[in-house]
Amino acid sequence: MGHLALHAALILGSVAMLLPFGWMLATSLKAPPQIFTYPPSLVPDPVVWRNYLDTVQAMPFGRFYLNSLFVAVSVTTLQILTSSLAAFAFARLRFRGREALFLVYLATLMIPFHVTMIPNFILIRFLRWFDTFYALIVPTAFSVFAVFLLRQYFRGIPTELDEAARMDGASSFRIWGQVIMPLSGPVLAALTIFVFLGSWNDFLWPLVVSNSHATRTIPVGLATFRGQYNTDWHLLMAGSVIALLPVLLVYVFAQKRFVEGITLSGMGGR
Amino acid sequence: MTASTSSQSSLPRWRRYRPDQQSEAYLFLLPSFAGFLIFVAIPVVASLALSLFEWSLLSPPEFVGFKNYTQLLSSDLVFRKVLFNTFYFIVTIVPLQLAFGLLLAVALNQGLRGLEVYRLIYFMPVVTTIVAAALVFQWFFNRDFGILAAAIWELSAETGLPIRPPDWLNDPDWAKPAVVILTLWKNTGFTMVIYLAALQGVPAELYDAAKVDGASAWQRFRSVTFPMVSPTTFFLMVIQMIGAFQLFSEAFVMTQGGPANATLTIVYYIYQMAFEFQRMGRGAAVAWVLFIFIFIFTLVQTRLQRRWVHYEAGGES
Repeated sequence: MGHLALHAALILGSVAMLLPFGWMLATSLKAPPQIFTYPPSLVPDPVVWRNYLDTVQAMPFGRFYLNSLFVAVSVTTLQILTSSLAAFAFARLRFRGREALFLVYLATLMIPFHVTMIPNFILIRFLRWFDTFYALIVPTAFSVFAVFLLRQYFRGIPTELDEAARMDGASSFRIWGQVIMPLSGPVLAALTIFVFLGSWNDFLWPLVVSNSHATRTIPVGLATFRGQYNTDWHLLMAGSVIALLPVLLVYVFAQKRFVEGITLSGMGGR
Repeated sequence: MTASTSSQSSLPRWRRYRPDQQSEAYLFLLPSFAGFLIFVAIPVVASLALSLFEWSLLSPPEFVGFKNYTQLLSSDLVFRKVLFNTFYFIVTIVPLQLAFGLLLAVALNQGLRGLEVYRLIYFMPVVTTIVAAALVFQWFFNRDFGILAAAIWELSAETGLPIRPPDWLNDPDWAKPAVVILTLWKNTGFTMVIYLAALQGVPAELYDAAKVDGASAWQRFRSVTFPMVSPTTFFLMVIQMIGAFQLFSEAFVMTQGGPANATLTIVYYIYQMAFEFQRMGRGAAVAWVLFIFIFIFTLVQTRLQRRWVHYEAGGES
C-alpha cells in the first residue's frame, strides 16, 4: 500500500479519535437553544464562555482539583517510598525467608482489587476514616506491583557498586538512597507517571469512600455533577473539559514520557 | 562475604542469607509489609469469610454457609444476565482491540512521516479520565441531538437507503455496542503502542528474506509479523481480558447498567450488591466468582499459548 493511502486511513482514524474531544469542547461553549437543535453543529454560535463560570459556580471544581492533586501526590510519593524500600530488601539484602515472602507477594498480584474492596470498605468504616483523605490515600500507599517492578530493575544494577559502597562503610540505607535510587531514574520516572495517572483517574474506590465535596476527587466530582445536572449538556461538557484539561496539557508536552511510563509499567517492566 | 551456617554452603551464593542483614531487611520491608498485610492479605481472607455471611452492616452478620454462592449460580436471573453481558464484552472488545491495535501499529511502522503526531492523537484517550469520556460518549450517542445520529440521518438522506440511527443508550440491543465503542476508543492507543514496540524489535532481515522469496505483503504479515509479535499478542490478550472482566466505570457513567440491565457487569454487580443493596456478603461472593473466572481464563490461555505463541530460541522467557 502506498504511503498516501496509509496517511489517508490514519488521518480518518485520527479524526475519529479527536471527534469526541471536539464534540465536548463545542458543546461546552454553546447556548442551550443551540444544543437542542437539529442538525447539530461542531461550531458554537454564539460562543458562550459563561458556561464555564456557571459550571464552577454550580460545582466546586477548584476544590476537586486540590483534592485530586493532594491524593495523587501523596499516593505516588508514599507508594514509591514503601515499594522501593521493600524492593531493595528483596533485591539486595539476604535475609531468611526472602524467596518465600516474595512468592506470597507475587501470589496476590493475581487477585483483583474488587475481592478486597468490601473488607477494605468495612475496615475504613470501622476506623472512622469514611469520607476522609486517609481512606483515599492510606490503602493505596502500598503496591505489590510496584515492588515487583522495582525489584526487577534493581536486580539489573551491578552488585559491585553497592559492594564497593559497603566496603567504604556505607549503611544499607545509604546504599538504597545514594546508589540504587539515583541509578533507577528511568523506572522511577515511568512508575511515577503510571501511579500518578492511575490515582488521578481512579474512580471506583474514591466513589465508594467519599461522600462530600471536601474529599471528592475530579472523577467522582464530575460523576456527582452529572447526577445533579442530568440534561444540562453545556455544563456537563464544560465540567468534562475542566476535568481533562490539566492532564491533556501535560500529556501533550510530555508525550514521550507518558507513553514510556504507561507502556513500561503496563508491561511489567519488560 | 561472611559465611553463615555450614548447611548453607551448598546453596548458591545469592541464596545464602547474612545474619547481619536480617533485622535490617525487616526494617526495609516493614512499611510495605504492614500495608500489604492490612489492606491486601487480611482483606483477602476476610472477603472469603464474609462471602459466607449475610450482612447489611446495620444488623449483626448472619452465617448462611454457601447460600450466597448457590443462589448466585442457581436462581439469580440478574446474575445470569451479568455473566452473559461480561462474556459479550470479552468476546467483542478483546479481538477488536487487538486487531485495531495491530493494524495501526503495522501502518505506523512503515516509516511514515508524522509518527509522533499520530501516536499523540491515538494515545490521547488512554490518559483521559474515563468519567469524562463516558459522559461525552453518552451525549455523542444521543438519538435526537447527538452528532452520530445526525451523521447517520445525513448518510440516509444522501444515499436514499432506509437506515435509521438506533436509540443507542435506550435500546438493550444497542447499549452494549455503545459500551464496546467507548472502550475501543479509550484503549486502542495502548494496544497500538505496545505492538509498535514489538514490531520495532522484528529484525529487518526477516522481511528482506521474505521479499527475496517473493512473498506478498499479506504473506509477509502472516509468516513474519504475526508469529514474531505473538508473545505480545498473548500478553495483550491476557491483560485485555482481565480488563474486560473488570469493566465498570464505562457502564456506570454512560448507561447506569441499563437499559434493562443490558450493560450490568460483574464489577457493577459487586458495587450494587455492597453499596446500593447493603449486602456485603453477597457482594463478596460475586467478587470471588469474578476471581475464579479470571483465574480459569488466564490458566486456559496460558495452556493454549503453547500452540500458537512463537518464542525465539534464547528470546524472552
